[in-house]
Amino acid sequence: MTHAFLLLVRRDLRIALRRRGDVLNVLVFFLVAASLFALGVGLAPELLRAMGAGVVWVAALLAAMLSLPRMFAVDLAEGTLEQMLIAPQPLGILVAAKIASHWLLTGLPLALVAPLIGLQYQLSADALCTLLAGLLIGTPVLSVLGAAGAALTLGARAAGVLLGLLLLPLYVPVLVFGAGAVLATLTGVNPAAQLALLGAFLAVSCVVGPPAACAALRIALD
Amino acid sequence: MIFNYAAPQAFYPVAGKMIPWFAWLAALLAIAGLTVGFFVAPTDATQGESYRIIFIHVPAAWMSVFLYLVMAGWAALGLVLNTRLSGMMASAIAPTGAIFTFLALWTGALWGKPTWGTYWVWDARLTSELILLFLYLGFIALKGAIADPQRADRAGAVLAIVGAVNVPIIYFSVVWWNTLHQGASISPMRSPTMVATMLTGMLLMALAAWMYSIAVTLARLRKIIRMREGDAAWVQMQRNSV
Repeated sequence: MTHAFLLLVRRDLRIALRRRGDVLNVLVFFLVAASLFALGVGLAPELLRAMGAGVVWVAALLAAMLSLPRMFAVDLAEGTLEQMLIAPQPLGILVAAKIASHWLLTGLPLALVAPLIGLQYQLSADALCTLLAGLLIGTPVLSVLGAAGAALTLGARAAGVLLGLLLLPLYVPVLVFGAGAVLATLTGVNPAAQLALLGAFLAVSCVVGPPAACAALRIALD
Repeated sequence: MIFNYAAPQAFYPVAGKMIPWFAWLAALLAIAGLTVGFFVAPTDATQGESYRIIFIHVPAAWMSVFLYLVMAGWAALGLVLNTRLSGMMASAIAPTGAIFTFLALWTGALWGKPTWGTYWVWDARLTSELILLFLYLGFIALKGAIADPQRADRAGAVLAIVGAVNVPIIYFSVVWWNTLHQGASISPMRSPTMVATMLTGMLLMALAAWMYSIAVTLARLRKIIRMREGDAAWVQMQRNSV
């Protein structure tokens, strides 16, 4: 089972490496969107500092929205998904592998680039560390719940827009705790509580998301 | 015995008979509730007459949350037992729930203007109500975007269940975010002395909203049944007999 999981992850990573543009575009979008906020509100340092974390998180949510529709749709279009569904390995393995590779290709790079944007928003070194830690805990949630959303919208009309409508409300806790942790650091409070809650939400998402994604895949390919 | 009515064909006439009863109950309860609310209940000491919007606001807010859970319950039942009617029921409830959510937000905004001096406050309840509205809209949009009704029902069910699990977490996170950002906000529900007549009016209105929801849901359900089973022999026969 681990073998199948690793095989699937390696396959997705290899495909992504060969279509590097797809992955990089999401990252570039993240940087552009996050930078635009500063142009929209002006350059008072206190204001920038106060909103920096929120901007990074909102941009990360939007970037996830852009990358999620491709999670299963490409495999569905070329027929691979059906083959994976009738494979002897449990469907959960496929979903887990898809989530892992999605996070490795979008969540992880986003988290690693985010401190750059944090610098633009005048965040202190402590706050940058909290931002990075929060993103490393929080972005997996985007992939885990996103898998359910991506599977639900398979074959639906205007799937991309629909995905945003379905998932963004569910991402509210990630946004609140992720940005809240940075704000706490900025005001000199220990952000451990927020980060722990973020981890708790990740745990709940891991219980809810993958089974929902499996059910949705079965429904979509019925 | 009850399971006989799980077939759309069997439930269709029953629903038709039930609608006028619930509709009349809703009307009578609403008249009673509004009478108590507007004429019997005393003027509030701090808010004056403007508090009377509570008689619409609170029942609407209650129904909005309650209907989401009922909708998710029916959807889950449909997913587990594979009954066609359950999915239709969830579809029929969703618009009513969304309307009550919108109504709660709207009356909340109107109430906020005289009491808080602004139409919108990022109050925890208001914000989570807004997110609930988004959840309803997502459910309706997902069902609308999938052409095959059976598949739409099942996909909607998965979404409703995920949403129902998330509703308390979202509410908790919003409350937390709210206290973090602005301290405890003014709470209209905190007035310690709620006069008995106020409570009576509110409960009557809540019951009216409940009965209204049932009546409207059943009416919408009949329409959905007609739309989906339009080609079935029993619908054709009924159409000819009318």
